[in-house]
Amino acid sequence: MKRPRRPMFLARDPYRRRRLRDAARLLPVFGAFLMILPVLWSPPDAAPRVTSGDVVYFFLIWLMLVLAAAGFAPGLSAGEDAGKDEDD
Amino acid sequence: MPFNVLVLACLAYVIFLFSVAFLVERRAMAGRLGWLRSPLVYTLSLSIYCTAWTFYGAVGYAARSGLEFLTIYFGPTLVFVGWWWVLRKLVRIGRQHRVTSIADLISSRFGKSNLLGVIVTVMAVVATTPYIALQLQSVVLSFGVFASATPDGFTPPDAEQTAIWVAAGLAVFTTIFGTRNLDAKEQHHGIVTAIAVEAVVKLVALLAVGIFVVWGLAGGIGATLERIDASGLAAWDMQPGRWTGLLFLSAAAVICLPRMFQVLVVENSDEGHLATASWAFPAYLLAMSLFIVPIAVIGLDRLPEGANPDMFVLTLPLSEGQGGLAMLAFLGGFSSATSMVIVEAIALATMVSNHIVMPVWLWLRPAVAMSADLRGVVLNARRLSIGAVLAMGYGYYHLSGGSAALAAIGLIAFVGVAQFLPAMIAGIFWRGATRIGAALGLVTGFVVWAYALFLPSFGPDAVYSAQFLAEGPMAIGWLRPQALFGVEAMDPLTHALFWSLMLNATAFFIGSVLTFPGPVERLQGAAFVNVFDDQATDPRRWSHGQAEPEQLLVMAQRILGDDAAQSLFEAAAQAQGKSDSLLPDPTPEFLSDLERRLSGSVGAATAHAMISQLVGGATVSVEDLMAVASESAQMMEYSAQLEAQREKLSRTAGALREANEKLTRLSVQKDTFLSQISHELRTPMTSIRAFSEILTEGDLPPGMVTKSGRVIQDEAKRLTRLLDDLLDLSVLENGKVSLSISLANLREMIDRAIQAAEQVKPERGFTFHRDLAAENIFLRTDADRLTQVLINLISNARKYCDAKHPEIRITIRIKAGRAVIDVADNGKGIPKDAQSTIFEKFTRLPNESRAKGAGLGLAICREIVVNLGGTIAYLPGQGGAAFRVSLPLRLEAKAA
Repeated sequence: MKRPRRPMFLARDPYRRRRLRDAARLLPVFGAFLMILPVLWSPPDAAPRVTSGDVVYFFLIWLMLVLAAAGFAPGLSAGEDAGKDEDD
Repeated sequence: MPFNVLVLACLAYVIFLFSVAFLVERRAMAGRLGWLRSPLVYTLSLSIYCTAWTFYGAVGYAARSGLEFLTIYFGPTLVFVGWWWVLRKLVRIGRQHRVTSIADLISSRFGKSNLLGVIVTVMAVVATTPYIALQLQSVVLSFGVFASATPDGFTPPDAEQTAIWVAAGLAVFTTIFGTRNLDAKEQHHGIVTAIAVEAVVKLVALLAVGIFVVWGLAGGIGATLERIDASGLAAWDMQPGRWTGLLFLSAAAVICLPRMFQVLVVENSDEGHLATASWAFPAYLLAMSLFIVPIAVIGLDRLPEGANPDMFVLTLPLSEGQGGLAMLAFLGGFSSATSMVIVEAIALATMVSNHIVMPVWLWLRPAVAMSADLRGVVLNARRLSIGAVLAMGYGYYHLSGGSAALAAIGLIAFVGVAQFLPAMIAGIFWRGATRIGAALGLVTGFVVWAYALFLPSFGPDAVYSAQFLAEGPMAIGWLRPQALFGVEAMDPLTHALFWSLMLNATAFFIGSVLTFPGPVERLQGAAFVNVFDDQATDPRRWSHGQAEPEQLLVMAQRILGDDAAQSLFEAAAQAQGKSDSLLPDPTPEFLSDLERRLSGSVGAATAHAMISQLVGGATVSVEDLMAVASESAQMMEYSAQLEAQREKLSRTAGALREANEKLTRLSVQKDTFLSQISHELRTPMTSIRAFSEILTEGDLPPGMVTKSGRVIQDEAKRLTRLLDDLLDLSVLENGKVSLSISLANLREMIDRAIQAAEQVKPERGFTFHRDLAAENIFLRTDADRLTQVLINLISNARKYCDAKHPEIRITIRIKAGRAVIDVADNGKGIPKDAQSTIFEKFTRLPNESRAKGAGLGLAICREIVVNLGGTIAYLPGQGGAAFRVSLPLRLEAKAA
């Protein structure tokens, strides 16, 4: 069955909302990258890593993810009522 | 600290929880939940992810494996931060389909198959029972710590006994608040609030211990970081495979664990809460893990060699003489354990009662669905299941003897429940996933998990012999439980995770691709995958059956309760426009609505089975599905037809508009024609009148009389000619002309025409260019009429050609059975804007207005040519005025 056609171009607000969703979708991918990144830092034979540095790094990116998600959340839940235009 | 104080504190805490749950339930009954349904409570209830395994175990984990424990919290962080991908859809589906558990979700998605419900239930019970045992163990251990560490000392209570007491207490609490009512939607506000309180307690406890350790013992943040680097923990080794694997595993577990699914989806009262939880829950996890590393480091540093790192959270404050802090930590650990056990027990009990007990009960006594109070049966089934789950947990603890093997069970359970992931994710994103595929995948994953991870976890010689582990069954190396297919490079956990999910997903995919889903399955698949699509119609799940509305009501009352069922039926009856009756017709819409309400209480599969019993098994068939599809196809076709008709109408309207314009134009033309004709008639009449008046006066010189007589005669002739022309034109225009058709030579006609036209401006000598040979053809036409046309054209040329050496060129060609006659002069031609009107009546060229004719010549020519079956047109671009007459060589006599 053919879906009803959706508008190809949007006004400013719905456009912003969709880009916000894009950002929200990308956030976990970005976060996963940051969390796996340390795997690549030190080759097994190199000098032992500084564990306290790792701790600080991990908690910083964690905090950053939380803040980013907190920044996105109001916009995402606000847009939900307005649009059934789900998958951009 | 005396044992009694400890027990007293525990009891006081439990009573506090009881009263919280009780008060909230009372408020919920009164419908005054208010802030208790806030995103905050929702987020806090999610914290049951952090069990005693987190509270105590994370420190031990950190002490043993460094920062690897972080992966257990990173996975859920990613899932929640990315809630727009999966969680949002899960929650929406859960609310829309009144899902009661993860088993219900999977069973409902794959055609309400109870087989899948049973498989998922069994897997969940097997995977999480040891996990419950782990919680019991942690409580027992923490009691033991207090017993041994206090200077005044008390005899450590019998571990077995403690475990029994804890399990029984939890069973009582869970039974009371978990099975109070059989809500249409399976929500337990009292319990949710209680675990939210517990979430606060455990967070505060862990933070308090952490703050004490960092600022009380280590001496600030900087010093703590230095001690981290100095401790043995710094030597940890990040294994890339295990790190990534655990990250993935914890992400999968946070949505697949039955208790997480319970609080995340089933207990969700507002989808908007998810937006807050998306950042607040990761923030909670962050706070919970903030002090894990410092506690582990300082514990390793300060506590004697060989102290159990799993208990550092308790032993560290105790050894520093902080009894109060240790008490708080104890309560935190107690909270973690109890909240996990309570929710897990409810989730498992819902699954067991809905997917195992109820179907068996209905199967054994089919008539019962109509007669007995099913609510009681369901509630009792659930109570029994809660008891059984906790008994199993205790039994497992008892059998394993509280051994160290339990410590690893957390991750093992994670891998077990992660087997739900392929069926669940594919189920909500892929319409092609089928029941058989899901069953194959689940069973495959479960078997591999049990074989490669669960059974070996009991240690060598417990289930497998050491030889079996090392060499594989019957010495088949490829089947070694911890090195399947020769993969030896992975640690056992990653290995099992990898192979179980790999084979699970493969079996699932192959099974799905090769099988054909049943109709209900396809309906559910579409409804789940397109849950956000408002367009997605909710197609009927039932065709008209022979269900008696009264029987349906009786059954609904048994499950929903009298009031709820009656108001549901009444609303449906009103919606159907039956104001006087309480019983609605059993339409497909009503049946599927009723089924959805029932499934909120007893699960989709059971609800479906119960309704099919009454409807006589007349569920939807493939034919019905196709009918629905063709209905919508018809709709589309109908609208296409409408569209076509609309176009046709607009075309017709356009044609009408054109016709109207033409009519208006004709009317104007007619008016012009009349006024012109009056004018043309009036001019000769005026001169006739004037000269005849002169004649009547008498006494005129004879010359004058003669002159006047001639003028009168001329004008009368002109009048006659004009009237002749008009008559001729009218006859021609009406098509009533009688043609005398015969064979005639074109050259003769042209000769005659040139001769006849010579009297026009005889003083001018014209040169004629002709091709006599080409002219020598015979036409079957009306020769006199055609000659008339030629005379007219040639006279016009003679009249209007203003060249110094005037020429007239006549060319004849034969083309496709038609004779084409061009008559051209070498004058200045006809101006472009006049070209389109020269064939109209009374048209004269602007500068030739005083020429003799009335402007009817070309109009008559056109009518004649049309009557002869040809066309006449002005031929531009010939260096002068040129006309082209095209005629059929042989004109057939008109049929009329």
